[in-house]
This record gives sequence, structure tokens and C-alpha cells, in this order.
Amino acid sequence: MRPFDYARATDPAGAVALVGRPDAKYLAGGTNLVDLMKLGVETPALLVDVARLLPTGIEESADGLRIGAGARNSDVAVDRRVRAHYPVLSQALLAGASGQLRNAATIGGNLLQRTRCRYFQDVTKPCNKRAPGTGCPAIAGAHRDLGILGTSEHCVATHPSDLAVALAALDAQVHLHEAAPVPLTGLYALPGDTPQVETVLPPGALITAVSLPPLGFPSRYRKVRDRASYAFAVASVAAALDVVDGTVRDVRIAWGGVAPRPWRAYQAERELRGGPATEAAFRAAADAELAAARPLPENAFKVPLVRNLTAAVLGELAGVDR
Amino acid sequence: MTDDRRFAEVSLRVNGELRPLSLDTRTTLLDALREHLGLTGSKKGCDHGQCGACTVLVDGRRVLSCLALAVALDGAEVTTVEGLAGPDGLHPVQQAFLERDAFQCGYCTPGQVCSAVGALAEYDAGWPSLVTDGEPALTDAEVAERMSGNLCRCGAYPNIVAAVQDAGAAR
Repeated sequence: MRPFDYARATDPAGAVALVGRPDAKYLAGGTNLVDLMKLGVETPALLVDVARLLPTGIEESADGLRIGAGARNSDVAVDRRVRAHYPVLSQALLAGASGQLRNAATIGGNLLQRTRCRYFQDVTKPCNKRAPGTGCPAIAGAHRDLGILGTSEHCVATHPSDLAVALAALDAQVHLHEAAPVPLTGLYALPGDTPQVETVLPPGALITAVSLPPLGFPSRYRKVRDRASYAFAVASVAAALDVVDGTVRDVRIAWGGVAPRPWRAYQAERELRGGPATEAAFRAAADAELAAARPLPENAFKVPLVRNLTAAVLGELAGVDR
Repeated sequence: MTDDRRFAEVSLRVNGELRPLSLDTRTTLLDALREHLGLTGSKKGCDHGQCGACTVLVDGRRVLSCLALAVALDGAEVTTVEGLAGPDGLHPVQQAFLERDAFQCGYCTPGQVCSAVGALAEYDAGWPSLVTDGEPALTDAEVAERMSGNLCRCGAYPNIVAAVQDAGAAR
């Protein structure tokens, strides 16, 4: 690991001032950043520790729920208000990583974690995201776990967060220190020909909280992975569904493990709103969204996987017999 | 703040004892324990947060010491496998692992034991897991899910699950 300076900021303004130099990074839980530093993927000259200054509380109001960016994943997952009103969020957090990692990882840090694409994590390999212009070996190589939507000829990496998928479905806002909030669905940039640009945040931006508007209908998260626990998603679905008299009044669908960002399935939602809450409709809506998919040979299986998973989750939420 | 922030004075309370350390900022908690304090119970398996062998308790919660920078934990209370036993003998989780023969080579065991201590505390606090349906109970599926961050290459999982259940029921 490259040597680095360490500074603990005492307030957000101090943190932003400290991080305002090249090669400086914020440190919160460290569960991804420290690993990337060991791998040589990240080589900060200065770590600005914000773990003790970020808010950690969860506040409920008429506007919904506001979660401090320094809250640990485990504390949010088990919070009674989160479990009662946003089960999709609790389930997504509990589906991520392990008990040990959830105790260390923070909400803000989780959103800014990096792809687990094996080429990105291996500094001996080309990677347009890590070393712009060097190429993407994944496209002709090991892309079985990578993206089918929103990818480009320069990068097919996926965003690894489960939390972000739930937040995308919940229309969450990401709050920043002394800057306007950003909707979660607008936080991440698609790779295009600049896959090294992963978010719309300016340098030094500090996430201070995430807020969720009220959700008055059932929601859930379902994750498919190569083993039953402690693995990243091959694909996942976060969904919320409001059905009245067999008709879809409102629906939210977001997919994980298939795109460079949590993929909000707006097209599928449009297809469903006002129509019948049937398995056939759920499958057709997922297919409408997946018409934009550009799978590669080894991950084409994700197209039917996501369609079936979406239909299953919506069916469960609607109480439809399969 | 000193001129050279690449070294730091760090104070950890480890197994009840205050341990001042002068560390390179790159030092993980795991390396501080093993290389600087001679506490080699916590094991370095993958060193990348994928195996759980380095699990310790920080301020009472289980975490991976290989992904924690010691400098960031200044002032923290750390409990390692060496600190679990009391004057009256082994910790109930350690005793259960012995009685259930919940290991083969033993390399993952300190991490398994510390993780189980943390997992049982989470269970006692009413924390659900992903497989919880209603009130949590220490079923095989619950223990497997809650302990999924600890790998055992020998495959001693059935006895590890039984040991965690025993320790949970014994309290």
C-alpha cells in the first residue's frame, strides 16, 4: 500500500477543506476503500476520516425518513421504522455483504463503492475505468457477472450496491454538504466513453444524508447470487407495488447487478400503471424494459433471469398465484 | 497534528488493557494486533474481507480487522479471541466449539468464535437477518445466514452451526 497522510476532520466544512487537494479521499467505514488501497487500485496521498463527524441518526417526519450518511448498514437494516415502512431497504441491506461488513460499512460510503469487475480490481490488467484509454478486456473476456443495460463499448462494469437499488426504487434523495440534493437515480453517470466518471458529484462533495419520501404500499428486495449468502448480486430486484381491485395504481422497479448504476425500470413501470396486476402483465412490462438490453455472450442469461425475477417479486407483492 | 501524518500515535484498549501504539498509518487493526501486540489469535486469511478469519469485536460489535485502519480506531475497545475467556474458564462460545468439535484445522476458528459472539449479541438485541420470518430463532438457516461471513475450508459448518446454537441456548 502506498504511504498516506491521515487526518480526522471534526466537522463537514473542515473535511471539505482538507479533501480539497489532489489525491485526497474521504474515509468512512473503509470496507471497500482499504481493500482497493491494498490492491493498488486506489492510491490516495491523504485520507480524510469523516466517520466520526457524519450524522448517524435516523429521523422520521411527515416528509418520510432521513438517514445520516454515517449510519452503519446494520443499524439501518434493523431499525424498526425502516423495517415497518421500507422493507425493501431493510432487505437490501441485509442481503449485502456479511454481518461483520454491515457493522462497519456506512450508508454514504456504500453508495460510492466501486465495481467488483475483476479487471478493474487487477492493476496488471487494462481497464478504461481505472486507467482510461487502456481498453476493456471484459468485453471479450470474463463478463459473465457484468452489465446488460446502460453499458458502452468502453465499459460493461456493474454497480455492486444492494442499498442503492432499493434507494432507486424508493425515489431517495442524496444530501450533500452545502450543495443541492441529488436524486439517487441521477447520482450515477453512465460510462459512455468516460467510464472513469462514475457520479455527477463534483470533487470533494460530501454525502451527509439520504432521505426517503413516504411509501404507502408493500415493497421487497430479492437477490440472486451464486451462493445463498455473502456474495454480490448476479441480478436483483427492488420493487414496490400498489394494487387496487386488481389494477396497478403505482409501481416502482429497480434492478441491481445488471447495469453501471441501479437501473430504475421506468419503461416497465409505465407499462404497468393503470393496467392489470397479472403475471403476464409483469412479464411483458419487464420485457419492454429489457428491449434496451445489450447482453454479451456470457451474460445473456441475465435477460430472462431479470424478467422472471421481476415477475416473481411483483407477483408476491400483488398476492398473485403463480 | 504532527508534521508527518504518515505515522500516528494510536491508543487502543485491547482485551481490557490500554495499549498505546506508534503506527504507520497503513497498519490495519489486524496487523496492529498480530505484529505490534503479539496477539496472533486473530488470523490473516484472505486479507481482503472475504473470509472472516480476522473477525474481532470493536466496541462490542463484530468487524473485519483486515479492512479496518488502526489509526481510524483510536480510542476503541477491541476484544480478540485471547480476551474472551474469563477467570472461570472459557467463553460459552469457545466451550461449545470444543464440545461440538466445531473445527478441523482450526485456522478459521478464532474468527468463527468472535463472529459467533457478535452474532449472538445481535440476535439478543432482536436484530433480524435476511432469512428471518417473524421473530428470530436460532434455526439452522438463521445461524448459517448470520455466520455466512466466516468461511471454513475444512467444511466444519454442521458442527459450527450446532455450537452456535448450543452457546445461544445456554444463556
